[in-house]
Amino acid sequence: MTLELDRINKHFGDIFANNNVSLSIDFGEIHGLLGENGAGKSTLVKILSGFFEKEAGEIKLDGQSLNFNSPKDSIDCGIGILHQEPMVFLPFSVLDNFLIGSTDQFLLPRKNALNQFKEICTKFDFDLDPDDPVSSLTIGQRQQLEISRLLWLDPRVLIFDEPTNAISPMQREKLFTTIRQLAAEGMSVIFVSHKLEEIASICDSVTVLRKGKVAGSKRLPCPENELIELMFGKSFPSKEIQNVQKGGIQLSVSKLKSIEDHESIEVTTFEIRQGEIVGIAGIEGAGQKTFLRAIAGRNSPESGIIILGQNLLTGSNYHQRQEKGLYYMPADRLGEGLISGLTITEHIALVDSQNRNQIIDWPLNYLRANELIAQFQIQGTPESKPESLSGGNQQRLMFALMPIDAGTILLEHPTRGLDIESANWIWSQLLNMRKNDCSIIFSSSDFEELLSYSDRIIVCFSGQIVGEFEKGNFNPEHIISLMSGAKI
Amino acid sequence: MNFFKNLHITNTVNVSVFCAIILSLILAILLLWFAGAPPLETGKLLIEGSLGSPARFSNTSMVWVPLALASASLIVTFSAGLWNIGVEGQIIVGAIFASFIARELDAPPPLLWSAMIMAGALGGMFWGGLTGILRIKGKVNEIFGGLGLTFVATGIVIYLVIGPWKRAGIASTSGTAPFDSKAWFPTIMDLRISPLAILLALASLWLVYYLLKQSKFGLELRATGNNSSSASRLGVRTERNLMLAFLLGGILAGIAGTVQVGAMHHKLVPSIAGGYGYLAILVVLLGNFKSFHSGLISFFFAMIAVGSVQWQLKLDLHSSLGGVTQGILVLVTLVVTAIFTQLQRKRKI
Repeated sequence: MTLELDRINKHFGDIFANNNVSLSIDFGEIHGLLGENGAGKSTLVKILSGFFEKEAGEIKLDGQSLNFNSPKDSIDCGIGILHQEPMVFLPFSVLDNFLIGSTDQFLLPRKNALNQFKEICTKFDFDLDPDDPVSSLTIGQRQQLEISRLLWLDPRVLIFDEPTNAISPMQREKLFTTIRQLAAEGMSVIFVSHKLEEIASICDSVTVLRKGKVAGSKRLPCPENELIELMFGKSFPSKEIQNVQKGGIQLSVSKLKSIEDHESIEVTTFEIRQGEIVGIAGIEGAGQKTFLRAIAGRNSPESGIIILGQNLLTGSNYHQRQEKGLYYMPADRLGEGLISGLTITEHIALVDSQNRNQIIDWPLNYLRANELIAQFQIQGTPESKPESLSGGNQQRLMFALMPIDAGTILLEHPTRGLDIESANWIWSQLLNMRKNDCSIIFSSSDFEELLSYSDRIIVCFSGQIVGEFEKGNFNPEHIISLMSGAKI
Repeated sequence: MNFFKNLHITNTVNVSVFCAIILSLILAILLLWFAGAPPLETGKLLIEGSLGSPARFSNTSMVWVPLALASASLIVTFSAGLWNIGVEGQIIVGAIFASFIARELDAPPPLLWSAMIMAGALGGMFWGGLTGILRIKGKVNEIFGGLGLTFVATGIVIYLVIGPWKRAGIASTSGTAPFDSKAWFPTIMDLRISPLAILLALASLWLVYYLLKQSKFGLELRATGNNSSSASRLGVRTERNLMLAFLLGGILAGIAGTVQVGAMHHKLVPSIAGGYGYLAILVVLLGNFKSFHSGLISFFFAMIAVGSVQWQLKLDLHSSLGGVTQGILVLVTLVVTAIFTQLQRKRKI
């Protein structure tokens, strides 16, 4: 038996989330789906689970073409999904949850279900009491419940979507044992993750997605460097960037320790000079996001000293830091960048700090919106709302809203999901600002971007800065092995 | 291109609202018909019963005032993304504060009225502020905080009515002793209509409209309501704005409570808020959180509330049918609008 995906396509706006994605999985195989956030993994999983409809391509199980319009269809076709957060109904008992979605009968076959449930629990050594309320279970136990439920539906393919994000290392080991046991019985398993070491430890083979496309497939084990190269793209700088005279120290960080959403960072010292661009390389979750947000004042570090120019920032909040010229651009453009539901004109009036007047002059702001739309080449009108803009235009709008006196800019994935033209435009803006002594720190999942634009690259792994490279001494192989945690 | 896209969306909203109104009218007529009422006759009675004479019109207006004020209050908090269910309690506390002034302060009438309005506003603000503190500092969802505080307010008002503020010799839930007539808001002739109350409602609706449309504060509120983490990143002090929304919402609700004691009952009664705080939620949902629309819909709801009394008198229909009609209107509109939005999203994907 095989599951085959043949040239699956799906796009949102003018960006392809899945661009001719093909892969095939054998009977009893654990197949990894690896890629950074935004690479297209979630879209593919959602197509397989019936949440999204594919636009083109074919899904075949045992040579038979499948078509689904809803999650129920996908389950009926034999594809089961364990979602990132186990989908359980908290007030219900374990057995009630087990029964959900299992039958079309009017009366629930409780007795039968109880026996089946006990059988599955014994077989996989799950420690679950059918009468316990689900709210009393740990996330790991909820996953076990969800797995039992899926197994009862008798699937032929099981998809695990980033299953280890919220569970302890011990529960992870237990989960991996279960997955291996399932595969040994002939189940095809797709294991979706952005964590290299997990893919390496459990999968038989792996497909790497990058920017919506299949970057490559490998049999495992294989050197992790090869996988990182697939995830981050070819490792050579393709652009010649003019060097700029660097000034004095702009920002310094020492003994910083912070944790947010399970992602931690510890930095002994870090400095950036005026006019310098520092790129942060690292696999998603290695600490780069927490690092940038800690400097920006978007999370509260446990300890650490941050100095910007002459100002001690420690203890000040995000807004106070913004007034000192620090500016943060998140990767999640609609989540934390822009406000869905407000027009471009309203965004501009909102960030207008020049005008202390409480009454807004709308015609004036409308004119300013038109000016900025022209200046930043945004495809839209003053009445457009960000949710109707493409990713590139959202990013342009975020730049248009940035105060002109920003002296230090922190960016997460500045060009993720953007077309080449927008990406080049974004960098031309950043390079211009750097000419005026602006310091820039950015994280990226794109080697070309990191190697082309950085004056210095720091490498994050597992919450630590594990390497630092000056321009001219960039060593892609070395950077890659540091990203995968190799000690050199 | 985008311009047309937006235009298209607005069109769909209008079409959906239009469809909703037609559909809900049909449903309401069907329902009345099943209840044994001739549709034309019920409509006629509704209009005659609510607008047919100066006395009826003034009754309708005086139901409209607290409803419009409560709606104005809810528009403020809804704009900030809050489900401020506690408006009912804020009306009650406003009424208690205003009653205190009416009972204790001896001053010339205009001064007394102003003091009552200010005290009522203060009371509502205090209760709204408590919900705000619970939400912002205590992370208690404003729905639960608001409901809990409404229970507390109801308890206090009953305690006052049968306890310290009871009528001499009688402890009855029918209310405190009437205020001195100096504290009664002036009316036109013998009618119940109070120009001062009408003015307060109109001014509040206008103020809310103006704040949300023209002021930086209103824009910041809407930004906070739509996406508070983006708003905060763009420099908006979101917590301060949420608190201000609770306070302003409370002020408007408190004024509604003042009107209830000063212009309607002339005493404090246990049911002083009259459910207007909850009814106003339906009004603003139907009015799409717009001041002008909500003002009109409040009036229509007031017409149903007052006019449907005639259904009972003339047609022997149950009085609850008026409320049922209001409920149908809101439900159908919400369902139809949701269906249209769904359809549109489908088309987009």
